[in-house]
Amino acid sequence: MIRVFGIIVWVLVGFSAPALAETPEEKGLAIAAEDDKRDNGFVDYQAKMEMILKNRHGEESVRYMRSKNLEVVGDGDKSLITFDRPRDIKGTTLLNFTHKTGTDDQWLYLPALKRVKRISSANKSGSFMGSEFAYEDVTSQEVEKYTYKWIRDETLDDMECFVIERYPVYKNSGYTRQMVWLDKKEYRMMKIDFYDRKNALLKTQTFRGYRQYLNTFWYPDEMYMENHQTGKNTLLKWSDYKFKNGFKNKDFNKNSLKRAR
Amino acid sequence: MKTDTGFGEWVIRFRWWIIVSTILVVAATASGGRFLQFSNNYRVFFSEENPQLQAFDALQNQYTKNDNAMIALAPKNGKVFTRETLAAVEELTREAWQIPYSTRVDSVTNFQYTWADGDDLVVENLIENAAQYSAADLERVKGIALKEPLLLNRLINPDASVTAVNVTINFPEKSLDEVPEVANFVRAMAEKIRPQYPDIDFRLTGIVFMDNSFGEASRQDMEMLIPIMYLLIIVVMGLVLRSFWGTLTVVLVIAFSSLTAMGLGGWLGVLLTPVSAIAPTIILTLAIADSIHILVTLFHEMRLGKPKREALIESLRVNHQPVFITSITTAIGFLSLNFSDSPPFQDLGNLVAMGVMAAYVYSVIFLPAMMAVLPLRIKPHPQEKTLVMDRFADFVIQHRTRLYWGMLTVMVLIIAQIPRVEINEKFNEYFDTRYQFRLDNDFVIDNLTGFEAIEYSLSAGESGGISNPEYLAKVEEFAQWYRQQPHVMYVSTLTDIMKRLNKNMHGDDESYYKLPDQRDLSAQYLLLYELSLPFGLDLNNQINVDKSSTRFTAILESVSTHYALELEGKAQAWLKENGLPSMVTHGASPLIMFSNIAKRNMKSMTLGVLLALFLISMILIIALRSFKFGAVSMIPNLAPVFMTFGIWGLFVQEVGLAVSIVAPVALGIIVDDTVHFISKYLRARREQGKSPAEAVRYSFHTVGTALWVTSLVLVVGFSVLAFSGFKMNTHLGIMTTISVVCALVADFLFLPPLLMKLEEKQYAKESALESAEESGIA
Repeated sequence: MIRVFGIIVWVLVGFSAPALAETPEEKGLAIAAEDDKRDNGFVDYQAKMEMILKNRHGEESVRYMRSKNLEVVGDGDKSLITFDRPRDIKGTTLLNFTHKTGTDDQWLYLPALKRVKRISSANKSGSFMGSEFAYEDVTSQEVEKYTYKWIRDETLDDMECFVIERYPVYKNSGYTRQMVWLDKKEYRMMKIDFYDRKNALLKTQTFRGYRQYLNTFWYPDEMYMENHQTGKNTLLKWSDYKFKNGFKNKDFNKNSLKRAR
Repeated sequence: MKTDTGFGEWVIRFRWWIIVSTILVVAATASGGRFLQFSNNYRVFFSEENPQLQAFDALQNQYTKNDNAMIALAPKNGKVFTRETLAAVEELTREAWQIPYSTRVDSVTNFQYTWADGDDLVVENLIENAAQYSAADLERVKGIALKEPLLLNRLINPDASVTAVNVTINFPEKSLDEVPEVANFVRAMAEKIRPQYPDIDFRLTGIVFMDNSFGEASRQDMEMLIPIMYLLIIVVMGLVLRSFWGTLTVVLVIAFSSLTAMGLGGWLGVLLTPVSAIAPTIILTLAIADSIHILVTLFHEMRLGKPKREALIESLRVNHQPVFITSITTAIGFLSLNFSDSPPFQDLGNLVAMGVMAAYVYSVIFLPAMMAVLPLRIKPHPQEKTLVMDRFADFVIQHRTRLYWGMLTVMVLIIAQIPRVEINEKFNEYFDTRYQFRLDNDFVIDNLTGFEAIEYSLSAGESGGISNPEYLAKVEEFAQWYRQQPHVMYVSTLTDIMKRLNKNMHGDDESYYKLPDQRDLSAQYLLLYELSLPFGLDLNNQINVDKSSTRFTAILESVSTHYALELEGKAQAWLKENGLPSMVTHGASPLIMFSNIAKRNMKSMTLGVLLALFLISMILIIALRSFKFGAVSMIPNLAPVFMTFGIWGLFVQEVGLAVSIVAPVALGIIVDDTVHFISKYLRARREQGKSPAEAVRYSFHTVGTALWVTSLVLVVGFSVLAFSGFKMNTHLGIMTTISVVCALVADFLFLPPLLMKLEEKQYAKESALESAEESGIA
């Protein structure tokens, strides 16, 4: 009986789809836009990060850092990442201005040199601190950085999900495409498959332990990135989220870097 | 002797059953051949327990795997730094990311050049859009590239006449098709780009192409050597037997033997390597001897006027036991290859052993059954001719004392040359120049960079310790030491990057081209640099996750395994003496693995040879029903093996992996001659009461021709292996050929004088006693 009902629904949906006249590309973009919209309005937050790196040989290494983020209306967000451990890089701070279009701006403060250095590389698609996360994976995910296509709907871990593909606009990206699973209810990213330049599966990122903050925003406790080609993996743990810290634009400029400690 | 003839009668009675069931058994076993696959990975030469393989795997798991494909570009005008050539490099660099399983692409164009722009660190491709470059731009990037230690002698030669794109491949190792997939992809890429740049010579090398050549070598050997073997066998058999049906049946027997062995190998999951792929050739060579002995006796008896049926029964009666014994001893020799540390040799041993035993079975049942069915026309001519062998026997008997001492001297002199043999080979020369890989690789070695590497994971002993100035200084010293060693072309070390960054951080001031003197400074430079690198060009291939060790790579010219081990030994001594205690480590790489395996294999095979020797001696003692003759037979069995090494020491000296398996293989084969000769000798002495000299004459008369012919077949068969393009097979073929010739010489010229010398005194005493007794009675 249920099956018959399913078929009827399928037939109805199948027939009504052309009437909606929404292409998979439009639907994909709409999903991404909705996701972005739901993330809007956090104003600012800070959090602690712990990164655990493992290689195939079983070696492990841990990095600690803190991040501060400021929402920028009309452009990408600004962030400050301060490294606490390993101790050789304690106090080193990375300032990021993400942009909806064009390459992001980055500066790094080196306490040992007491200098701020701009990272003027046009090609920042490499590994972030030796981990399996690339810089482009951890930076603010602006809608304009990709084009989209809805692929299918699917249940992932008992959750109804949209599966969309997104294609980097950034020409030096290390990826041809990313396949993203977002749950239909809250538009939270559950999983991302990264495909490299030859369109082979490179990495899978999974998001765990989502919590709702300010009754609105969902942030994960953990992001796990597994590299299928090298067998290495990185676990990125987030904790101590604090919102509405009253961060100002002046807290996110070259001069503020030295004080960020 | 009822049981002896019973077997022959049984075979003749059930001839049709035997023929049909043999064909069915062959079909069933041979159908396993569909599971046979060609391996194309140098790793198959190493067992999982091999310590050098484990060390290399550990190093690769700590950093990244670095199997590679290299596309070298040699512009015909000898200038890399032209708009056209650099554009080709750029295009290949971009395209190379599409190569399956590629994880990294390095070239002069995408080299991450760093420089200071005021307070900024600029990290960018050294060359971009070269097609738009001015002459000044070309000069500028040329100057930078030739000064860069990470590029020079690796991706650009000092003349700037040859460059390369190096692609790191990370094989998932899930399917055997991965290597050919990559090799074919790169070849297609080269084919596509060649017409666009007719003035550039493109050469393809790297581990991928070497691995691919392993697969190609196996296939080529099978495709080329096996037809040659069949042709030779047909010719030899035709000449010896002068019988169409006889030759046809022998061809069937040996074809069935190798089909059975290879098919069983398929069922057992054997992987074909250039070494195990020669099994059919060896089986063909060995299988033929059984058939020859049986048919020669059959035709001989028929010529004497016996009807076919009786001649068949007689041939089986006389030959069944020796054929069984020689098959078993040969199989034991090959089975002892299971002691080898290298799986392809184990496979070879097992395949040949199965083939030899199959040949025994088919020779004693299928061959006579076919003979019983097929029409044989043999003209009887009852007069026994005097054979060449008889005259030869007279010669040996007449000159027995001179031959005994002469041969003994010659043998001792030859054997004394063994110490000249040296285990040494060049890994690059495994493949001869008929392989494109070898030609391209030789070109790259001569003009750009080495193929062999020795790698070290240098530990700083603590987390983050690679920024420690003391550690960096030691690594730098080690690099300097290594660069001074002969045959070292290139050294890759993190310290070169650290020095460059330090300079960049000080406004490109050349006086800061040195290691940073503060630990936190180094760590922070590295962080900054890592944040600036593009996809695929990160430092994860040379720094471990804990930043506690770095990868250090020395690239060598084509060096011998001997030199590689010597250099590695010196490097270890250097590290012990001058490095930090945490830095002391073994070098690891395919070169080190191949350099050790010959010696490792020698050690493991020693036990195998001793066991084979013991078993073979036991079998001979039982078969000859005499401890004395079993023991005596070991002299002509062992001497040829030692003589082979002596002759090798005299003329060639250098030998590689093949050396360790020649002894058991040769032993198993050459024992056959002795078995046949001594068993006939004893038959004459025991059954017919002949004197030692007469018994020697009888031996020559009955088996001399067969031994001569089978040795000829063996010599021909094993020389065919010398046509292999794969050096291990060539060596194995030549050395076995030498030992077969030595064995024949020893059995014809030394064994008879030895037997006579041993027995004549006693025989003289006995006959004197007998005649005395007789006269006493009288």
